[in-house]
Amino acid sequence: MEDPQTAIEVEPGDDGRAIATLSGVWSIQEALPEAEAATGQITGLGSKTVRFESGGITRWDSGLLIFLIRLEHLLEEQGITIEREGLPDGVRDMLALAEAVPERAGARSKPVDLIWIGNVGVWATGMWKGLREGVEFLGKVVIALGSLARGKARFRRSDLFLFIQEAGVEALPIVTLISFLVGTILAFVGAVQLEQFGATNYVANLVGVAMVREMGAMMTGIVMAGRTGASYAAQLGAMKVNQEIDALATMGISPLEFLVLPRMIALTVMMPLLCLYADAVGILGGAAVAILGLGLSPVTYYEYTQWAVQLDDLFGGLLKASVYGMLIALFGCLRGMQSGSSSSAVGEATTKAVVSSIVAIISACGIFAVVFYVLGI
Amino acid sequence: MYSASDVERKTAEVKRGEVAAFEPDAHITVRDLTMAFGDFVVMKDLNFTVKRGDVFIIMGGSGSGKSTLLRNMIGLLEPAKGEVFYDDKSFTNASQEVRTQMLRRFGVLYQTGGLWSSMTLAENVALSLAEFTDLKPAQIREVAALKLALVGLSGFEDYYPSQISGGMQKRAGLARAMALDPEILFFDEPSAGLDPISARLLDDLILELRASLGATVVVVTHDLSSIFEIASNSVFLDTDTQTIIAQGDPRELRDSHPDPKVRRFLTRGGQVEEAGHVQEK
Repeated sequence: MEDPQTAIEVEPGDDGRAIATLSGVWSIQEALPEAEAATGQITGLGSKTVRFESGGITRWDSGLLIFLIRLEHLLEEQGITIEREGLPDGVRDMLALAEAVPERAGARSKPVDLIWIGNVGVWATGMWKGLREGVEFLGKVVIALGSLARGKARFRRSDLFLFIQEAGVEALPIVTLISFLVGTILAFVGAVQLEQFGATNYVANLVGVAMVREMGAMMTGIVMAGRTGASYAAQLGAMKVNQEIDALATMGISPLEFLVLPRMIALTVMMPLLCLYADAVGILGGAAVAILGLGLSPVTYYEYTQWAVQLDDLFGGLLKASVYGMLIALFGCLRGMQSGSSSSAVGEATTKAVVSSIVAIISACGIFAVVFYVLGI
Repeated sequence: MYSASDVERKTAEVKRGEVAAFEPDAHITVRDLTMAFGDFVVMKDLNFTVKRGDVFIIMGGSGSGKSTLLRNMIGLLEPAKGEVFYDDKSFTNASQEVRTQMLRRFGVLYQTGGLWSSMTLAENVALSLAEFTDLKPAQIREVAALKLALVGLSGFEDYYPSQISGGMQKRAGLARAMALDPEILFFDEPSAGLDPISARLLDDLILELRASLGATVVVVTHDLSSIFEIASNSVFLDTDTQTIIAQGDPRELRDSHPDPKVRRFLTRGGQVEEAGHVQEK
């Protein structure tokens, strides 16, 4: 047999009370009547009390409860009281249970509805807090580096070697791929332009100088930010969730020294080496295009590269790589240590680590460009 | 932050009676402690003393701030107001250097175990030994093996935390907390997530450690069977009044505390007919 339609009918009772008759299936799976419409009907009768007839309800679940709670709330605003006696026993019990523990004062978060200037204020306060935390973290890192210089820093040497391996040898495949591709792209782009002047030999100069001065360090930095910086943030974030960082702190071991220092040292030391490798692979990528695509001889390519790339370029690139490494480790660790204590917070920390590192790398690259220009390097 | 000399001066003031004196045999004294997250006050004006050798329970309903109090006591959170003293030395206002020294007298077992996941159990226990003692590597390995054996984890030295069960992780956490033979052991919800047998074994272990090491034990828990099994003293944190509403032996609090809220908590919501008489539902 088909269930009767879900409905609420309101009519005046003999005793001056309104009678709300509920019928049909009151389920969250079904379309429910609007409590506002029922309130309008009840209010229209002018009664101060409403009682229920629920014999026609064939099935109910939370759908009926949320309807009744909403209706009761709306009627209370109109000064109309509800008598629950006519409701099914189960419904009355559930409503009583929902009301058993009153709302804790101040627990409900208030919706924040700010005008634009308020939003600017919230944004500025957040930025200021972030800046302060960043500077504080940097200060602590400097103190930890001071302890390291005095030979008093506490961390496991085995951890340092592990991080060196992770940030070094294990990063070689991805650095190889990216650097080779960047070298080939530079060669292709350069070749198209230089061909117009009959100067295709200078592809070697373009690739060599670009890789050694800028692209080797920057691309390695970006790869390492996405690979190792993110991994540092995730590791430290997860350690925070698991109370591992608390355990270090209450043991009197500085988490900065134990966790951050070895990661910073590893990345700062390994980045120049990776950059050197990336430079070589990038030049090889350019050579592959020049030799196979443009018909240059390997000897010509080598001689032009040797002629174009100066030691200053090389050392400048390696210095940049080292600074980028420090920045990646710094931001990876900072975001990890700032992480909240939930799994989503760890994900957020990882994203922030990558974004901050890349912004820092590009900013540092700009500063280096100005400084090198002023110094004539 | 105060320097070490400030702490000594303050301690001298206390000794001269310029500040309220410490109770005799007090190991931990919490004085006028207020805990807050920004503007949200969790608990205020907490005053209690943990005596040497006590098994002291911090109890209260979920969200009452028990773990927050523990974190304030061990320096993971800074109090909004008030101080925590160990013996007669302020921990809250101590310099970082002094605080680090004091921390080495503590052992902490975290709710989740807090074991360093990249290290084996033996390495977890050995770390503080390697950092803070002059023991040789072979001796450190022996001590680590002994501590693990004490908690029933002999043979698991080379296991990683992810390779053992939750109960074993708790016990390994305890072995790590005991590594430096601490004067004070803090436990945050030790029986959380453990089956009744494992929880009982952990309780027995806590009592044995207290008896053999003479340590003071502070436990955050709302596990009633544990509370009645091990406690010698306790405080009850109340969410509504945001402060301590009961102090003392939990068995006495259950049987005769005038506040029905306390008796109800200690009888799992048992119906309170009148002060001093409790009838289980």
